[in-house]
Amino acid sequence: MAAKKFPIEAGHIMMFARAVGDPNPIYHDADAAADTEPGNVIAPPTFYQSSAQYDPDYFLRPKIGEPWFGSGKNPTGVPPKRTGGDGGTGLHAEQRFEYFRHVSPGETLTIKTRPGKTWERQGKRGGNLTFSENITEYFDESGELVVRATGVGVRTEKVVESD
Amino acid sequence: MALQASKIQVGDTHTQKLTDDLSRTQIVQYAGASGDYNPLHSDEIFTTKVAKYPTVFAHGMLTMGMTGRMVTDYVGDGRLTAYGVRFTRQVWPGDALTATAKVDAVREEDGQNLVDLSVTTVNQDGDVVVMGKATAKIDP
Repeated sequence: MAAKKFPIEAGHIMMFARAVGDPNPIYHDADAAADTEPGNVIAPPTFYQSSAQYDPDYFLRPKIGEPWFGSGKNPTGVPPKRTGGDGGTGLHAEQRFEYFRHVSPGETLTIKTRPGKTWERQGKRGGNLTFSENITEYFDESGELVVRATGVGVRTEKVVESD
Repeated sequence: MALQASKIQVGDTHTQKLTDDLSRTQIVQYAGASGDYNPLHSDEIFTTKVAKYPTVFAHGMLTMGMTGRMVTDYVGDGRLTAYGVRFTRQVWPGDALTATAKVDAVREEDGQNLVDLSVTTVNQDGDVVVMGKATAKIDP
């Protein structure tokens, strides 16, 4: 299950912009943003992905009191099959955003997700590759679609070598 | 300032350096901000011993986000209507990244001027790490 509500917060936008190395004041300075064309702080183009913060079940965040597949006492905290014991891993192959409007702090978006296409291809280095699309749509408080995000994940049968 | 259709041509390019030396800490920063705590991006022990990669590597979305800075610096704030990339190669700590937008088309749709861009980010060896497209509203 994905997040259902995504509150857009100024501090979150500031931290996200810092993380992607973008010093543009429109992401952290409300006074400076007031003099820009949008007239307000706006979210950077890939910010929408961070709605994962509001997904209670997001599998790439440790859950309180539950084993985590990263290292602690041992190199992984769960049995190897959950991490792809054959060394195969899921990777992010492609990401697309369509923007109908750019959002600002104080808004709360409603999120709807649906699966897209699935296809297979023989990889050069990673064995058989399975691609699957996931479509996430973000709606504003008046029900208007503001952003559509399409992610494509790929699962490989074995570790992709870096050459 | 947004781009102006009258001042750009197909084939024009805009290049920006994104980082000289991507740090593991910046990757951790991105994990914290985005909420993607996959240990492949921050946990050296898990990544080398369990997942068998040589070291941790950047989220594809970090590279896409860093590349997005180049795009929005070029087209102007709040002007993007589409931005998409394929992740073609992993980005490792220590990589130097440079992003380039190339003007593919300058067009008009329903009275709105638009620019279509090809977007490419390369590492210090010139290998493409992300490539994609962006479209933005521009001024006449």
